[in-house]
Amino acid sequence: MKKQYFINANIVDPHSSINENGGLIIGEDGLIEGIGKKVNTNNIPSREKIIDLKGKYIFPGLVDMRVFAGEPGYEYKENFRTLSNAALAGGVTSVVTMPNTDPIIDNVSIVDFLKRRGRDKSKINVFPSASLTKNIEGTSMTEFGLLQSRGIIGFTDGVKTIQNTRLMSRIMNSAKDLGTLIMQHAEDYDLSKNGMINTGIIATKLGLSGIPSVAERIIIERDLTLLENIKCRYHISQISAAKSVEIIKERKEKIKFTTGVSINNLSLNENDIGDFKTFLKLSPPLRTEEDRMALVQGLKDETIDVIVSDHKPEDEEQKRLTFAQAATGASGIETLLSLSLELYHNGSIKLETIIKALTSNPAKILKINKGNLSIGNEADFCIVDIDKPWVVKKENLVSKSKNTSIEDKKLQGKVINTFVKGKELFTL
Amino acid sequence: MAIKTNKAIKISQKHLLGIQELSINDVNIILDEAKTFIKLNQSKTKRLNILSGKTQINLFFEPSTRTQSSFELAGKRLGADVMSMNMENSAVKKGETLIDTAMTLNAMHPDIIVIRHQDSGACNLLSQKVNCAVLNAGDGSREHPTQALLDALTIINRKEKIEGLRIAICGDITHSRVARSNIYLLNMLGAEVNIIAPSNLMPKEIEKFGVNTFTDMKKGLKDCDIVMMLRLQNERMTSSFLSSNREYYEYYGLTPDKLSHAKDDALIMHPGPMNRGIEIDTKLADDINRSVIKEQVELGVAVRMACLKIFCE
Repeated sequence: MKKQYFINANIVDPHSSINENGGLIIGEDGLIEGIGKKVNTNNIPSREKIIDLKGKYIFPGLVDMRVFAGEPGYEYKENFRTLSNAALAGGVTSVVTMPNTDPIIDNVSIVDFLKRRGRDKSKINVFPSASLTKNIEGTSMTEFGLLQSRGIIGFTDGVKTIQNTRLMSRIMNSAKDLGTLIMQHAEDYDLSKNGMINTGIIATKLGLSGIPSVAERIIIERDLTLLENIKCRYHISQISAAKSVEIIKERKEKIKFTTGVSINNLSLNENDIGDFKTFLKLSPPLRTEEDRMALVQGLKDETIDVIVSDHKPEDEEQKRLTFAQAATGASGIETLLSLSLELYHNGSIKLETIIKALTSNPAKILKINKGNLSIGNEADFCIVDIDKPWVVKKENLVSKSKNTSIEDKKLQGKVINTFVKGKELFTL
Repeated sequence: MAIKTNKAIKISQKHLLGIQELSINDVNIILDEAKTFIKLNQSKTKRLNILSGKTQINLFFEPSTRTQSSFELAGKRLGADVMSMNMENSAVKKGETLIDTAMTLNAMHPDIIVIRHQDSGACNLLSQKVNCAVLNAGDGSREHPTQALLDALTIINRKEKIEGLRIAICGDITHSRVARSNIYLLNMLGAEVNIIAPSNLMPKEIEKFGVNTFTDMKKGLKDCDIVMMLRLQNERMTSSFLSSNREYYEYYGLTPDKLSHAKDDALIMHPGPMNRGIEIDTKLADDINRSVIKEQVELGVAVRMACLKIFCE
């Protein structure tokens, strides 16, 4: 690979507090050799080919903490190859895959298989998570230590929540001993039973059972209460309600933990469900506009640490059903960045805060050296025209599944190129 | 008898999915048409040929006695070819999806499909996939528009108009599509609607529909012109929405004592099937001076004839 020189870019690298016009030099080995305003035509040998980005943006490759890959078991929805292509089209270069596959990622031998498949078929960095409990049944713990030693980055039951409080406290104790990261989906099943959308006027109108926001709050409060005594690495996968933001903000003053939010909950509300749009059947559900505004505010004041795509590919057959029967989840890895930029364009949140929640914050939680553009690191980054207008059309999506929650939405900002280890793997 | 066919005004909807989608003009078209069928249904020769050559398919995914037979009879009295499919024994059991069933039936070129389904929004989904008109005969807990229309017709028949009446709807509101459709319709026609239910059976934010809510039945019944009782869905008992039938009857069963809080000439309605001694005192249910339950069934056929005729056109 030849040495590459980019100049005249707006570089945003929250990890190093870089937010300036400058250049980027990628060495022949795919590592970053230079970055920032000091990289310009004056200090690049004139014989070299220089790419002038003319004010386009360079961000570190996005780190998406919540992605459903489909392998093994659901390859017809998404495999590592199609996931990689979709991720690259969205500027995402590292993903944490959820363990909700068939079979469930809950033992060492399946992890070895997964790592091999990920390495062979994937063009991006895949960091697999494993389940907290065997077969995500919520009854007995998996082998955190052994799984970690084979490369598992964190533990979660993915779409499921640990309901049993005693088990949760034991999981936290083990996690404390072993330095394990726990990622909890917060939902009390007794309260959310049969629920499909947010409890309230829309649910009443559509005749659908609701999931009250208190179902989320009870698990968050329970876990944070346990965490006061059992200090482990604890992350709430996604929150959806204003009340959750309030509690998290208050508790963060006393204890250490982190929180994510899905781009869906930041961008949409329950009114978007309209006439039974099954593509908007999500978990946690879309809630009211007040809830959405509180989430945006929570991201702005950094109560919320991370934005995730919650990319959950589902084939059309699973969505062409009545709302009650339809699968939950939306495909979203390709639109994660563009949809996040909406919050910048409409003046809600600073660009740097958004990029931080998509790059250095998740990397820090996961303890991986990704999501930054430091010298000597692998050059994972994307070049973005943050003003370019485009319209989401499912037929143009790269992902194998087309269940986008924002079909026909007009967005501003598009990834032009994505690089992994200095190699250009996506070009618009 | 003469059937009005020279109406200048047409219905605004292709399908009858719910009261929510209808305008007041649509409702009046249906009710006016239904009135013309009441006498026909009481006469000796009950058959017309206005839907002759038309095919009506009744697609009932949930057990139903009165709605299904009412739709079947309505279609036959108008001369349509009526096919009622018992979906319990159908390909659905073999894993066929609603959309595939719809496509199959659509290929047989029906003119109208009447659907009842346990899932809210099933009729909306069906209507997007077929070429003919879809009539909703009840979807999940969402809507049951023909029930609300026949209730309105029954009230108009007895009280002449709905505007200005105070109407109580009492019982399991959370799971009731009848309650929802009635709330939309009665509100639209200018009634004041009181909703009476224990908190466990009261849907969230229902007051945003423009109704008054009560957990005390006597207060809710005060000065009402109409008392509409809903069936207590016994299957709910198991998931502890309520403590017991007898406690429910004590607090929410319609008894002469509770009824005395309503107006002296208040009418009792019930969409059926009734649980006598649970939501309603058995004597009150049969009281010919107060109860119009049988009339509801009778006018149901007229309303469904009107809907079939209007939406077939």
